[in-house]
Amino acid sequence: MIARARYAAIATALLLLVTLPWWVGNTYYVNIASQILLFAVFALALNILVGYGGLVSLGHAGLFAVAGYTAALMLQAGYGHFAANSAAIVVTLAASAIFAVLALRSIGIGFLMITLALGQIIWGVAYRWASLTGGDNGINVTTRPAPFGISLAAAPSFYFTSLIVFLLALATMVLLVRSPFGASLRGTRDQARRMNALGYNVWLIRFLAIVLSGFWTGVSGLLFIYYNQFISPQVSALTTSAEVLLMVISGGTATLLGPIVGAVIVVVMKNVVSAYIERWNLVLGVIFVVIITFMPEGLVPGTVRLCRWGWLVIRTRLNRTPARTARDQAQETHGSGAPS
Amino acid sequence: MMQQITSAQVVILAINSFALGGLLFLLSAGFSLIFGLMRIPNLMHGAFFMLGAYFGVSFLEWGMNFWLAALLSGLAMAAIGGLIERVLLRRLEGQVLPQVLLTLGFAFIIADICLMIWTGDPWQPTPPPELRGAVQAMGMFFPLYRLMVLAVAVAVAIALWILVDWTRLGAMIRAGVDDPPIARVVGIKVSQLFTLVFCLGAALAAFAGVMGAPFLSVYPGLDFEMLPLALIVVILGGTGSLLGALVGSFILGFLYNFGQAMFPDLAYVILFLPMLLILVLRPQGLFGRVMT
Amino acid sequence: MSALAVNQLSKAFGGLRVTADVNLAIEPGERRLIIGPNGAGKTTLFNLITGEIAPDSGSIALFDRDITRVASHRRPHLGMARTYQIITLFDQDTILRNVTLALLGLSSKRWSLLADLDRQRELTERAHAALGRVGLAHLADRPLAQTSYGERRRVEIAMALAQNPRVLLLDEPFAGLSIDERRDVRALLNAIPREVTVVMIEHNMDVALDWAERITLLHFGEVIVEGTRAEVVADPRTREVYLGR
Repeated sequence: MIARARYAAIATALLLLVTLPWWVGNTYYVNIASQILLFAVFALALNILVGYGGLVSLGHAGLFAVAGYTAALMLQAGYGHFAANSAAIVVTLAASAIFAVLALRSIGIGFLMITLALGQIIWGVAYRWASLTGGDNGINVTTRPAPFGISLAAAPSFYFTSLIVFLLALATMVLLVRSPFGASLRGTRDQARRMNALGYNVWLIRFLAIVLSGFWTGVSGLLFIYYNQFISPQVSALTTSAEVLLMVISGGTATLLGPIVGAVIVVVMKNVVSAYIERWNLVLGVIFVVIITFMPEGLVPGTVRLCRWGWLVIRTRLNRTPARTARDQAQETHGSGAPS
Repeated sequence: MMQQITSAQVVILAINSFALGGLLFLLSAGFSLIFGLMRIPNLMHGAFFMLGAYFGVSFLEWGMNFWLAALLSGLAMAAIGGLIERVLLRRLEGQVLPQVLLTLGFAFIIADICLMIWTGDPWQPTPPPELRGAVQAMGMFFPLYRLMVLAVAVAVAIALWILVDWTRLGAMIRAGVDDPPIARVVGIKVSQLFTLVFCLGAALAAFAGVMGAPFLSVYPGLDFEMLPLALIVVILGGTGSLLGALVGSFILGFLYNFGQAMFPDLAYVILFLPMLLILVLRPQGLFGRVMT
Repeated sequence: MSALAVNQLSKAFGGLRVTADVNLAIEPGERRLIIGPNGAGKTTLFNLITGEIAPDSGSIALFDRDITRVASHRRPHLGMARTYQIITLFDQDTILRNVTLALLGLSSKRWSLLADLDRQRELTERAHAALGRVGLAHLADRPLAQTSYGERRRVEIAMALAQNPRVLLLDEPFAGLSIDERRDVRALLNAIPREVTVVMIEHNMDVALDWAERITLLHFGEVIVEGTRAEVVADPRTREVYLGR
């Protein structure tokens, strides 16, 4: 019954996503949908670390930019899209490995600080090494690729490309969550010491998770430069890392849906807010503070908890069962509510 | 890519390095104490520096004395920092990650408010009249104001050292840095201590902002340029170690100025090299203890 | 041949020597009890043996193979399992998943990204069997957060036993248990087959005295007395550091 409802929901969501360009109509909204998808890929990538690995990175914008800059520079130098994208992924994987080796000298807050510093190095290179990166002027990406002869220049075709990439990323996450490797990664998050004593190489598990996360971050970085057809140091700034972290946290860490919901919220907000005022950072900061203060587990688990609690209160009122039962049940659902 | 520099430039660069090192010490001493004691990397610290500098700019615009402006800015920031700590950070006690993210959120808020009030144009207040110009010695000119910044930083370092190593309050801070649960058990009011240290750190950052304004100038983005520097100083020197913060600050001051002069393209990368080296060779920092 | 041989093992934290020239030779199948008052360095000794801490000097051998420099996460693969005095389990998972994780740790499947962990029939069956051995088969699907302290102690032991170790290190398996629960754990330990060498730490001597064949008394990181149960109990030095306090 529940399984059937779930399949129905997934099928509906898929159908809506596939037909989106037709029912949305307006190019502007199709583009926003592409933006949401590409940032959802980024957020899913970061969630591997933040949610399942318990490793909070504030340097992911750096990896995102490494992919973007590598591809943009290769294209500028006259290489084809395939070569540029392959090189970008290889370089991003290498950069992720370096990130991992350095940041894994420490865990917890130390990890966060080191990734932040590494992200700033990349920002520094992008911004100051103007002879290579064009500094603040950035680099233009003149064309979008045309795989199998299908041009991605128009909004709908680019949307479908983003959708395919997004679905692939999502499929990876589904595999990860149910796989033994995913269970190992979550184990290192919850009880690293015990995992080590059980025969798991905790360092290597974390290293591989960072590289896997780096891979999808790089892929989303490529989508990003093709979407904007431009890259500038702003992409690698701490603000970008913080935005994506906000997507993960606001939606709910260690859930499949959370980062996607987070991407929808942040991208829509950003577009709506910047249409009216210039104060995006202020709004971003306020959302951060409000969510962390009032709904620290994120919107998806938080809403689920609120709904269950609300439903129990209503049912309890109707049935006039003792209030104690409702509270106990609410605690129970709270304890095991988050799918992981 | 490498630029040649003359020996006269070396002297000037050295002075600038000492001045910047002094500034960085003022900034990172508080950061280090907060981190050591509360285990929170305060990601607002760069924002405190920038907001403090802007306060200084406005106070000076109103015709206030330079030193008074710096002190008042520090006091104002202590109040703001204390408020954030007591009202919001305190609610999340023990949840390190949410605390860190809260400070990040506030960093964005402060940055945007600064942009709203002081606009996107850079401000560069003039140093107090008695410190303009240079002293001449051994046939060279030394910019007076930067020497003064160095002197102030040294004075603050000595004051902090006396505070931490020789007073009762300092003993409590050290106990808290070493082992917070024990400190709590022996009756130290850790909660009040946290607020106090947080205010002190905020005040020092703002004070440093005003001191730095005449030669760094104040502009949007200064906050997130200073924050990583404070991070590096702490990673270099070791958390909670004032001596480490002092040494780390001067190392960075020199790297920044000489790097900028010799490898303008890569100056920012050079800043991070010692950090990477330390992380690989001595993760606890030059003067940090191994945390078990 | 010793199942576990510790030779001149030393470790100091700062100036404090927590393990001082410790020698141990534990025979295959032996039941060895390591006792000593709090702070005697018992858990540190375990951490050294399992490699969670690196020794300053000395060596450790498992069935004559020198493992001093073998990474700690490799040692379970060589047949060494341990439990913790402070229960260290996965609270968000079920009991079954906890034991499955223990089994997965020794399986090459643990790196797989494509398999579905819930459908690893062989792992699940073995996990059920291990739970059966400690009498928790009926609670397999219960989330760990909803189990009692005594049950968790048994999950700790089940996870170690599931790995089919040759040498099993138990760190105060009776800590915090009621008399009934102690009896259950005791029966469980008695049922461990003789192929398994068992080393147990206990600071309370009475709890496991009659279980042990040989006893080592640690004090301030040093081996004070070692011998059979009767010898150690009769030794005046035991009374001095331990019984006569």
